Amino acid sequence: MGELLIIAIGSALVNNVVLSQFLGICPFLGVSKKVETAAGMGGAVVFVITIASFVSGIVYKFILANKAIMGGKLVYLQTIVFILVIACLVQFVEMFLKKSMPSLYQSLGVYLPLITTNCAVLGVALTNVQKEYTILSGVVNGLGTSVGFLIAIVILAGIREKMEYNDISESFQGTPIVLITAALMAIAFFGFSGLI
Amino acid sequence: MNNCTERLYNGIIKENPTFVLMLGMCPTLAVTTSAINGLGMGLSTTAVLVLSNLMISLLRKIIPDSLRIPAFIVVVASFVTMVQFLMEGFVPSLYASLGIYIPLIVVNCIILGRAESYASKNPPLLSIFDGIGMGLGFTVGLTAIGIVREVIGAGKIFGFQLLPLADTATGKAGYVPVTIFILAPGAFLVLAGLTALQNKVKNNAKKKGKKVTETVGCGEGCASCTNSACGGKIFPTGNEKE
Repeated sequence: MGELLIIAIGSALVNNVVLSQFLGICPFLGVSKKVETAAGMGGAVVFVITIASFVSGIVYKFILANKAIMGGKLVYLQTIVFILVIACLVQFVEMFLKKSMPSLYQSLGVYLPLITTNCAVLGVALTNVQKEYTILSGVVNGLGTSVGFLIAIVILAGIREKMEYNDISESFQGTPIVLITAALMAIAFFGFSGLI
Repeated sequence: MNNCTERLYNGIIKENPTFVLMLGMCPTLAVTTSAINGLGMGLSTTAVLVLSNLMISLLRKIIPDSLRIPAFIVVVASFVTMVQFLMEGFVPSLYASLGIYIPLIVVNCIILGRAESYASKNPPLLSIFDGIGMGLGFTVGLTAIGIVREVIGAGKIFGFQLLPLADTATGKAGYVPVTIFILAPGAFLVLAGLTALQNKVKNNAKKKGKKVTETVGCGEGCASCTNSACGGKIFPTGNEKE
């Protein structure tokens, strides 16, 4: 239990997925103009990463690394298999939500197709394999990582909303000032490094 | 100008993926802690890009339109796996320092973007040159950022001590490295500085009435991103009328 807590806090705050590992920068910069859309994107990412780390963990353990199938030699296919699993999963989740939970689909639906190319999803699946996590710790790692993404993108969106009325020098308007904000946030997140 | 050299010029200067298109930002920020890492990442991406462009261009009449994205992803992922094993075997130290970002080349916007917007519509030879141009443009971008970060953050360039370091113990005067530039925030700061510089150049050019290539990258939201995977889907940038 304590170990799982350490994994969760470590992946959400200490090694924040965007601010210290630089995964998922595209949506982080692209969808952070409003708190509402940022929270929607963050929610969808939490949803998909948690399920994806569970499914990819099962696929890895019972198919790729299974000694009964080709003596466990299939692990070299992990990148190809994971990206396909994630792409199919996202499609499946989208269809499932549309059919059975229309209200959730309304709020998360538009973000789902974009998540396939969010490198955080594939990144988590590969990290889980690299660190030899069990399926449970893999899911906890996925949940922690995606909550870290949610925290970072919502904070950035909040700052950007406030910044809209500021007088920013001409060259720094647009992307540069957002990057500087992200840099300051990354410095702030260094404060968590003593946590575990 | 010859078509092939035109592709090279287009990739390296006119549509430079790092500075002009702002694609593939994740590896750009993550691996540029030193010039050599940036160079290594750039060259491995170039290798994957050239091979996948060639393969997709050869297969462009066979792949059905509705299945093209999954097909592209499988082609790209296969080449990435090959490059990954070659690097693990021949340059283990570089492989170790680039780590998880090697398999993540699969989801690099540049590769899928070029597959979708160029290789799937053009003959193999031109696609190869397009891959080389774009790849070298990306390599130049990563190496430039890597050099800036390494010089400011460690006083080195390609591992060679450029500025003699200060030594407080002996009282020797010298350069005191700004360590934050090789840490995570430094990546954002350097990129912010470089994009601001680029904005400055563009604004000046606009004032003089010149035409400039607009940034169509992830920084502006994927609506304008050439990444095929979001192609056709509306990407909420927060600017839509409600």
